[in-house]
Amino acid sequence: MHSETAEATSETRTPGLQVKAAGADAPRRTPDERGFAGTVGDVEVDNPRIRTRDVNVWYGDKHAIKDVSLDVGANEVISMIGPSGCGKSTYLRCLNRMNETIDGCRVTGTILLDGDDVYDKRLDVVQLRARVGMVFQKPNPFPKSIYDNVAYGPRIHGLVRTRAETDEVVERSLERAGLWGEVRDRLDEPGTGLSGGQQQRLCIARAIAVDPEVILMDEPCSALDPIATARIEELIDDLRAKYTIAIVTHSMQQAARVSQRTAYFHLGDLVEVGNTNQIFTNPRHKLTEDYITGRFG
Amino acid sequence: MSSTSSTFPAPQPASPHTTDAARERLRERQSRERRFRWYGLFAIFLGMAFVSTLFIDIASKGYTAFAQTYMQLEVTLDADVLEVGPSPGRDALARANYDGVVKRAARALFPEITGRREQRQVTDLVSPGAGFLLREMVMNDPSLVGRTITVWVPADDDVDMVVKGHIDRNLPESERRVKDGQLTLIDRLRERGIIEQRFNTTLFTAGDSREPELAGIWGAVVGSFYTLTVTLALSFPIGIAAAVYLEEYAPKNRWTDLIEVNINNLAAVPSIVFGLLGLAVFINFFGLPRSAPLVGGLVLTLMTLPTIIIASRAALKSVPPSIREAALGMGASRMQMVLHHVLPLAMPGMLTGTIIGMAQALGETAPLLMIGMVAFIVDIPGGPLDAATALPVQIYLWADSPERAFVERTSAAIMVLLAFLIAMNALAVILRRRFERRW
Repeated sequence: MHSETAEATSETRTPGLQVKAAGADAPRRTPDERGFAGTVGDVEVDNPRIRTRDVNVWYGDKHAIKDVSLDVGANEVISMIGPSGCGKSTYLRCLNRMNETIDGCRVTGTILLDGDDVYDKRLDVVQLRARVGMVFQKPNPFPKSIYDNVAYGPRIHGLVRTRAETDEVVERSLERAGLWGEVRDRLDEPGTGLSGGQQQRLCIARAIAVDPEVILMDEPCSALDPIATARIEELIDDLRAKYTIAIVTHSMQQAARVSQRTAYFHLGDLVEVGNTNQIFTNPRHKLTEDYITGRFG
Repeated sequence: MSSTSSTFPAPQPASPHTTDAARERLRERQSRERRFRWYGLFAIFLGMAFVSTLFIDIASKGYTAFAQTYMQLEVTLDADVLEVGPSPGRDALARANYDGVVKRAARALFPEITGRREQRQVTDLVSPGAGFLLREMVMNDPSLVGRTITVWVPADDDVDMVVKGHIDRNLPESERRVKDGQLTLIDRLRERGIIEQRFNTTLFTAGDSREPELAGIWGAVVGSFYTLTVTLALSFPIGIAAAVYLEEYAPKNRWTDLIEVNINNLAAVPSIVFGLLGLAVFINFFGLPRSAPLVGGLVLTLMTLPTIIIASRAALKSVPPSIREAALGMGASRMQMVLHHVLPLAMPGMLTGTIIGMAQALGETAPLLMIGMVAFIVDIPGGPLDAATALPVQIYLWADSPERAFVERTSAAIMVLLAFLIAMNALAVILRRRFERRW
């Protein structure tokens, strides 16, 4: 599967980066029956951390996302919204190659992380995932102690040598995830014994313990109550100072609250991307407008 | 009450759920529900009845085997009768005629009996094992030669059967193994109090023997132990490696489907076929020794592997995918994901499957017959390459023996085998209870 991917993409991959005249207002092609004729808005940013061009994903025969080009800028929170099955999670999972774990998944196009080709054969996926951390929809702490949950990443990547170093990383990560005060006295208890919101913050602590550049969040609050959700959202805002965050969410209010830029996906197409404010107050595409005004989705 | 009920309108007669026909339907449905439950209860009752009948039958037949009749003899270790010189060496002592002194001592119990035939009846009351017992005593302490000692020696199995009441005295003498004369002798010995039942340690310490009173299961237990050790050492790592590869690494395609189908087929292959395979491959082709626990273990490995692989795959499948995603998302390699997270969580299930596979292997007889573990072996095997037999094969051998005393020993051996099996299954249950579901 993987080798197939690399082969298929080798032609489209050129040294440097060819940026298509995407965005602006010029439609690239004739509109389809939904009125989609290429992404509306600025896919490009000045200081990109991740740059994707013409990404296509197939699950077997199903064309899950089509020609998606999008930049994720450094230290910004970008949210991806859209109805179920629109490909936003699929897009997110391309960024750290988590799609590879799914049988029959094929990815083409260019995805660059700080200029490094993510799908390059020579790039070790282990290293990539240390640079691009991920937080999942359902809190999934390991059935180990809170301490071991956080220490796991630094240990396998060889970032810590002594117990003292590990202690320090664990404390710092839990501190940053806003969980230190709640768990400092029970680091030896199983992470699965925490409440849902605490578990999710533990997962965030676990992700930032390896000092990633980008954190991907796949509907991180969908299993949480509003209070836990508010805490996570606060946390995301704090983390922005140090990390780049891409978040998939079903809640438009959440997208509006936490993100600077928003991308709207529809049936595998990236319909519109722009400043969150503009998307929610003045959407330029009919499909985006229909979605955020609640006409479907 | 009346005020609240008045606020509700009376139920509309038009509702299809309140008519008499509906009530009738409901009654019918409820009785069907009851009958369905009864079928299940009946099935469980039947199963329990079968199992308890089996257990009670075996236990009632076998419990007497745990006792053995012994008789007291005044043995004079006369150097002349022993056919050794005045100061015999170890070799001479080892070859001495202990049967002679035993026979003499037996005849001395009834000095008034003089006829040759009658004297023969007297000496036959003592087990041929009495001579071995004396030999052992003398070898340990050569100074016994020339002295008269009082020893308890095992009685012959026929005496044992009479004492335990397994021989019907009302049968005509011609249809009875023990003649009237011997019955009288046994009764007289009992009156004198020099015949009694003791705990049958021989059953647990000796190897097989043609004489029931000298036969034990220890040889078979040791043989089974070596066989199962070989089986465990091979099938556990191979089974788990196969399961991990198929579950965590193998792509889902036609080849892996084919492999999966064939593993399931392998689990359904009759065990005797594995025995034939072992005979053809391990013994004839590779030239491994016959009757050896090593070959038995190899054959049983083939048999247990599918069980372990299937159980281990089920255990791996039950580990939530979110754990795998979490590990991969942290940048763990596949091996780290498997070793750090998936295997520890799946291990209880894998161990349970392995123990159940081992229990199956412990009870397996047919393939061992094919590779020669059915031989009559008296010695306790000293290693996996020595000729040996296994517990279920020993049961098979004893069940085939004509002596009445082997009937109860067969049941006793079955009880020992069942005790091992129950212990292993209990261990599997305990493991499952203690370690399963930690997320």
